[in-house]
Amino acid sequence: MLKRLQAAVMGSAVLGLLNTTAASAYLDTSNGWNLPTGATDIGAEVFSLHMWMFWICTVIGIGVFGTMMYSIIRHRKSLGAKSASFHHSTAVEIVWTALPFAILIAIAIPAAGTLIKMEDTRDADITIKVTGYQWMWEYEYLGEDVRFFSRLKQDANEARQLKSGIDVHQVENYLVDVDRPLMIPVGKKVRFLITSNDVIHAWWVSDLTVKKDAIPGYINEAWTNAKVPGTYRGVCAELCGRDHGFMPIVVEAVPQDEFDAWLAEQKGSSSDTADVAGTPKTVTVDESAATEVAAAGSPAVAADDAAEGAEEAADAEAPAETDLDALMASGETVYTRNCAACHQAAGTGLPPNFPSLVGSAVVTGDADAQVMQILKGKGMMPPFANLSDADIAAVVTYTRNSWGNDSGVVQPADVAALR
Amino acid sequence: MAHAHADHHDDHDHHGPDKGIMRWIKTTNHKDLGTLYLFFAFTMFFIGGMMSLVIRAELFQPGLQFVHPEFFNQMTTMHALVMIFGGVMPGFVGLANWMVPMQVGCSDLALPRINNWGFWLLPAAFTLLLSTLFLPGGAPAGGWTMYPPLVLQTGDAFPFLIFAVHLMGISSITGAINIVVTILNMRAPGMTLLKMPLFVWTWLITAYLLIAVMPVLAGAVTMLLTDKYFATSFFTASGGGDPVMFQHIFWFFGHPEVYIMILPAFGIVSTIIPTFARKRLFGYDSMVYATASIAFLSFIVWAHHMFTVGMPLAAELFFMFATMLIAVPTGVKVFNWVATMWRGSMTFETPMLFAIAFVFLFTIGGFSGLMLALTPVDFLYHDTYFVVAHFHYVLVPGAVFSIIAAVYYWIPKWTGRMYNESLGKLHFWLSAIFINVTFFPQHFAGLAGMQRRVPDYAVQFLDFNVWSSVGAFVFFFAQFIFIYNMLACCYGWGGRKRDLTDRVWEGATGLEWTVPSPAPYHTFEDQPQIGDDGEPVKVKATKTAKAH
Amino acid sequence: MKNAGRYRHAMRLGVVVVAMFGFGYALVPLYNALCDALGINGRTALVAAEALEAVKPDLSRTVKVEFVTTVNGSAPWDFSSEQPSIEVHPGELHTVIFNVTNHGDAAVGQAVPNIAPWNAARHLRKTECFCFNNQPLPSGEAQQMPMRFMIDPALPADINTVTLSYTFFDVPQVAAVH
Repeated sequence: MLKRLQAAVMGSAVLGLLNTTAASAYLDTSNGWNLPTGATDIGAEVFSLHMWMFWICTVIGIGVFGTMMYSIIRHRKSLGAKSASFHHSTAVEIVWTALPFAILIAIAIPAAGTLIKMEDTRDADITIKVTGYQWMWEYEYLGEDVRFFSRLKQDANEARQLKSGIDVHQVENYLVDVDRPLMIPVGKKVRFLITSNDVIHAWWVSDLTVKKDAIPGYINEAWTNAKVPGTYRGVCAELCGRDHGFMPIVVEAVPQDEFDAWLAEQKGSSSDTADVAGTPKTVTVDESAATEVAAAGSPAVAADDAAEGAEEAADAEAPAETDLDALMASGETVYTRNCAACHQAAGTGLPPNFPSLVGSAVVTGDADAQVMQILKGKGMMPPFANLSDADIAAVVTYTRNSWGNDSGVVQPADVAALR
Repeated sequence: MAHAHADHHDDHDHHGPDKGIMRWIKTTNHKDLGTLYLFFAFTMFFIGGMMSLVIRAELFQPGLQFVHPEFFNQMTTMHALVMIFGGVMPGFVGLANWMVPMQVGCSDLALPRINNWGFWLLPAAFTLLLSTLFLPGGAPAGGWTMYPPLVLQTGDAFPFLIFAVHLMGISSITGAINIVVTILNMRAPGMTLLKMPLFVWTWLITAYLLIAVMPVLAGAVTMLLTDKYFATSFFTASGGGDPVMFQHIFWFFGHPEVYIMILPAFGIVSTIIPTFARKRLFGYDSMVYATASIAFLSFIVWAHHMFTVGMPLAAELFFMFATMLIAVPTGVKVFNWVATMWRGSMTFETPMLFAIAFVFLFTIGGFSGLMLALTPVDFLYHDTYFVVAHFHYVLVPGAVFSIIAAVYYWIPKWTGRMYNESLGKLHFWLSAIFINVTFFPQHFAGLAGMQRRVPDYAVQFLDFNVWSSVGAFVFFFAQFIFIYNMLACCYGWGGRKRDLTDRVWEGATGLEWTVPSPAPYHTFEDQPQIGDDGEPVKVKATKTAKAH
Repeated sequence: MKNAGRYRHAMRLGVVVVAMFGFGYALVPLYNALCDALGINGRTALVAAEALEAVKPDLSRTVKVEFVTTVNGSAPWDFSSEQPSIEVHPGELHTVIFNVTNHGDAAVGQAVPNIAPWNAARHLRKTECFCFNNQPLPSGEAQQMPMRFMIDPALPADINTVTLSYTFFDVPQVAAVH
């Protein structure tokens, strides 16, 4: 029994090793076991500081460990070594105090120079506000009226559930891919203003040489200037609760004209869905997802966000009434993907942090309030405004008519009216 | 002589121990309490180790196989709290209980009843803390650093966490006060400060650090408590507070805490290496001064734990320079140990093997520490597995190896029986090899981009995690060899005889080696004296024996 | 006799322990004083408008002032400034309007100000700001909140952009949940 288990475990380990080599590169400029050389000038400086310190340590280490090994081998009693009686030497002690001191000064000076450059956020070409949420990121292009959420890609989100039965090696860019990447122009100084909606997070992209804490109530500045176009991946670095490991960052650095086109497109879609409440900033609709579906041909195999996009597109054309069965069916899917991790598949939640929905006042009371809570979030619950009207209507209907709840139907149009 | 003392041991009327369980509950004897502390510490090492196995089992493969992310976070949080406050610190206090009175030549600690109280607070504290695992909502999961606002999201476990930390703090403080008072008031005549054994010196400085910073931690967690339940806003921005201030206060405690966990280890290694090199410690004075400078510097480097919170440039530069400065006295220590071994006459019994491994592996942890000190690069290392590898290198092959070495070194004195050397060597090699298998790959995982405190990871990090998990499991189970070996000494399993000389080790020096093995329940009938050469005056010792 | 000395010593150390516990608390005002002196956490005190009358605008210099707004804890509020940024001459008083709309139940909000870069904080003079008080936010109502400020001409020459951040916190929620 134990043997079989062992064999299975080792087997999957070996399989894993094979898969690793086959998987695509994680950080573009890392060789897989060292810091990335980085896509920025600062990154190159940081990398060389890192290597300098490493080699200094290595040389000191060879000296210290070599001396130690020599005396371990030669000065042993079994070889007849007699112990010497010296136990003090002021001259030697001064040397080995002063020498390390000098070495440290020598490395501290260039380090200080690099640090000063890293903290110089002036004269940025573009400023992006980054807000950490439990557990996703929101990006806002300041003064451009473009703002959207970026969260773990749906296929990875399904695979990472406990005992999901999905082989994560088959998921492309597992845990390091998002539904909507952050776009930045190449060769431009991009300034990030980093803050948080709830607890402390840290926005970290090694290739862009940025890691800064996102602190509620405070803004932190950081900047980057990507020299080469590419996809740069990162993660949240500060423990921020349950799904800390599941809020990756993807930054796409593209040429300026491509970036401008993308930004203009985002602005267009943003004004289309102008908020009834009159806010100038709304969550933009991902239209590229809809085109993806068309290209894929079959919505059944398309990723979830693409399916959402398709439904959204359908909504835009004909906001027709949807019947209860259809809402319940799609509601269950939406619920499983977005809500079940906290509120559990049976709606029982994980009190005290994740309340039960069975008979709860929220899902039996005012439907509009429930829709608002999903759109805006509440307490530990993040906003899900990036879901389509149809999805929100479906999931609200599902929660209001499952597990013994019986509190009526919500239509996509109701949701649209509340946005 | 040994025989006479063995009889004396059971003499109920004359400082002898009570019988049965009440002996341990009521005891005020430093040796009994030392034993209790050590048993407690190893129990906690076992529990904390089990938690690390849950962590390593989950991380063996990407994807979630065994536990939910919430439970994983509870495991990382509790593993740290249990290992730091339940394992390493009580382990060192246990060693201090046993050895400080014997090394300074007095028969007990200055405040024996406080000593008893200090110990028995610990089981209470950890019952509180570990019971949270069975609460609805589970144990604290916000990390042992308890950063708000995240820690304020803790459920019912929150007050348990705070009060457990309070109790641990009180326990440490009572232990520290006891040690300071003992060392400064009860040394044998002739033992001037600069003739004290290094273990005593390092513990004296450690005790001062404890007295200085444990109350600060208590203050910080009390502020968390009132923030959560009494509407204060020390750390909530909306009420005029600042979450980053918690980090400053916490690390003002936390960095000296790091040295609380390593200075006694320096003392142990400085005791063991001269014994088995049969040569006096090189640069005794500079060892003392280096320890004191490290302790002083530990108060002005705290913010290097939080370079990414966005401090003004000047502060970042200051903390970078101050941090690098610590490498100088630490380097002096390592060089002194190597110089002590140089042209010695070395043998390699198990305590020496662990002490040598300490010098090797602690130095590796020191090197990664130097790399982390460079602020611009720390931005990339911060909160990655590189940091995990760094602090485990200084805590496991550092602090824990030194505790193990100390137990091997002194257990013949404590029990009068020698441990099994072959089992000791087997334990050493398994430990030394697999601790590296566990933690060395984590350097690479961190550099390549794997962040800390995550239950799952991108498949690119698989190889490193497989190595780490395999290493952790073998290391954990290898420790049972040690537990068996030590218990065999305590209980005389396998027909082990009490046939040891007073000195036990050929090269050992110090007062503890002038009394019989096992050391009598009441160590010195007459206070020993120290001569100008730092050695015990022989006449006194014989007189003590004759008194019986 | 000897014991008494030990107890005295232990008591003295006990006093140190209590003092260090107090020091932990003293770090709070100490930290705030340090932050205020250096302007680190971006808090600025209210200044009377008359006090700024004598300040001469430096028309030779233009500074871009950006406004960043955040709603904390995903409260159902919209919160934004009327202009994302304005160009000012140091020494001029400007008023910027911030809009807030509460889509949820009635609540009380508190805006927490923050400034980047940190060393600009000392040179920001506010004569009026909604961030100095709790703001009642009746359900469903939109409100306009003014913020009147001046960038001091003493602003270091190398700073050409100042970012003012306001994060709106739900105060009762903070009291109840935290």
